[in-house]
Amino acid sequence: MSEPSATGEIDLHAKQVAKFRLQDKLFHFTTQLFALVVLAALVGILVSLAIEAWPSLKAFGPQFLWTNVWSVPDDEYGALAAIYGTVVTSVLALLIAVPISFGIAFFLTESCPLWLRRPLGTAIELLAGIPSIVYGIWGLFVFAPLFAEYFQPPLQNLLGDVPVIGGWFSGPPIGIGILTASLVLSMMVIPFIASVMRDVFETVPHVLKESAYGLGCTTWEVMRNIVLPYTRVGVIGGIMLGLGRALGETMAVTFVIGNANRIIPSLFAPGTSIASTLANEFGEADPGLHIASLFALGLVLFVITFIVLAISRWLISRSMGSEGL
Amino acid sequence: MIQLYTRRVWANRIGMALSMVAMSLGLIGLMWILWTLFSKGFAALSIDLFTQDTPAPGSEGGGLRNAIVGSGLILLFSMLIATPIGILAGIYLAEYGRVSKFASFTRFMTDIMLSAPSIVIGLFVYALFVATTGGFSGWAGSLALALIAIPVVVRTTENMLKLVPTSLREAAFAVGAPRWQVSLRVTLRAVKSGVVTGVLLAMARITGETAPLLFTALNNQFFSTSMGEPMGNLPVVIYQFALSPYDNWINLAWGGALLIAFLVLAVNIGVRVAFRQKDKR
Repeated sequence: MSEPSATGEIDLHAKQVAKFRLQDKLFHFTTQLFALVVLAALVGILVSLAIEAWPSLKAFGPQFLWTNVWSVPDDEYGALAAIYGTVVTSVLALLIAVPISFGIAFFLTESCPLWLRRPLGTAIELLAGIPSIVYGIWGLFVFAPLFAEYFQPPLQNLLGDVPVIGGWFSGPPIGIGILTASLVLSMMVIPFIASVMRDVFETVPHVLKESAYGLGCTTWEVMRNIVLPYTRVGVIGGIMLGLGRALGETMAVTFVIGNANRIIPSLFAPGTSIASTLANEFGEADPGLHIASLFALGLVLFVITFIVLAISRWLISRSMGSEGL
Repeated sequence: MIQLYTRRVWANRIGMALSMVAMSLGLIGLMWILWTLFSKGFAALSIDLFTQDTPAPGSEGGGLRNAIVGSGLILLFSMLIATPIGILAGIYLAEYGRVSKFASFTRFMTDIMLSAPSIVIGLFVYALFVATTGGFSGWAGSLALALIAIPVVVRTTENMLKLVPTSLREAAFAVGAPRWQVSLRVTLRAVKSGVVTGVLLAMARITGETAPLLFTALNNQFFSTSMGEPMGNLPVVIYQFALSPYDNWINLAWGGALLIAFLVLAVNIGVRVAFRQKDKR
């Protein structure tokens, strides 16, 4: 044995490189596999809900979506009342939440003193951190009684006799119902919408805003004519994100919506939503059509929120991506 | 001319005033909820809350010991499932996913999963796990919560890894380190605290989740540490007790709500404070 030859060293080196290459391939494969878990869960949700809902879909067909029946004794099910409640509460919640979120984002980006920006932004984000069940018991025990006593009667006096919309405010002021659910929901989605709006407002190049100020625009005019048009796409994305959140919200709504599985065309009346029907009935559902119909409701909810959230994410990423213009 | 000017000034003033009103509405909402929680929750806090189990219908007193322990176990196991999966998937998105179509598709879907209705995830785990293995269990609850936590961990890990300067990666590559060592020993280590933050935030997110536990872990009136059986947990106990006709149950629900909210808010605030100090340094 003489001293190690040069070729031996190169061989050793090549071996090391090959080993590393193999390890890297393994590493790539493993991490990719874990990334697949998320996709698999998504596909799994769709497939498993569809399978479990199949008996109901077969029995009722597409009419399931627009039939206003939910009767356990007759074993007949239709999703209309739940879809109605879900859509009405979410849309109303957005009508309330969007202007307020816009105001908050406007305040935080344009007129808030710098040293207050961070604490106030955090405070709004904390609203998003509060668990939904806490909103639920707060809504039921604190908000609903006050609402029934101080807000519903005046609203009824004021708007109850107006034609067309008067009917929305009819019925006994019991505190819980569609409108209360919408109000609680709006509080829950404000932080989501406001923080997306704030983030997209901050992507507006300073040069643009400063040129407008230089021309003598007021802060409000800069907001309306420069910031909003520039960030339109992202703002709509933020609103859709709030909508997606509101549609699927379960516990807070279950506490305050009143859980009446029918459509009463008054906002003071109790109603139901897809999520709250699931929370209420699934635990005690009879096997067979009842449970299959509940799965079908879940499938409807998942498909609706999936579409809304997909549009929202697409809009937001498009808006954030166009930073440099 | 002057008229136009006054109108513009007033429009501005009204806009600013309304934005302040909106901001105060948000703050009032937060304060109102916190105040309610503290005033009603503190009244329910006592040693019994931690040392006694949930009471039977109609009986006096009682505490939340079984629910607290159950929640702790379910959370622990769901984070044990979610953390490695989330971090590895996050590494994939950050290290390999800059150009790949598959990765951007995964990222998009992860973002959707972040906001997907949690009750549907409960249904999924019920169909997949509870219906097939025969029965509600702590494991099913952990699995459902893990599915909610994973997207949070994935996205924070990825975002943190993206902050690592390219030069650091290049330096590691230049001395001949293979890709996996660069990922695990250089970049991941550089953002260790950020990844821990993501895990903590994910935990805060699932601490209060109720809907997915309703059909998975269910509830258990008795003390149990067996994950294979239905398991008491704070969110479901709060839900059932708050809607009950018994005063002591409602009281316990407030106590439980305070515990959960306190934990969640403490993590949220703690993480922000820790990060702000880091920024300053």
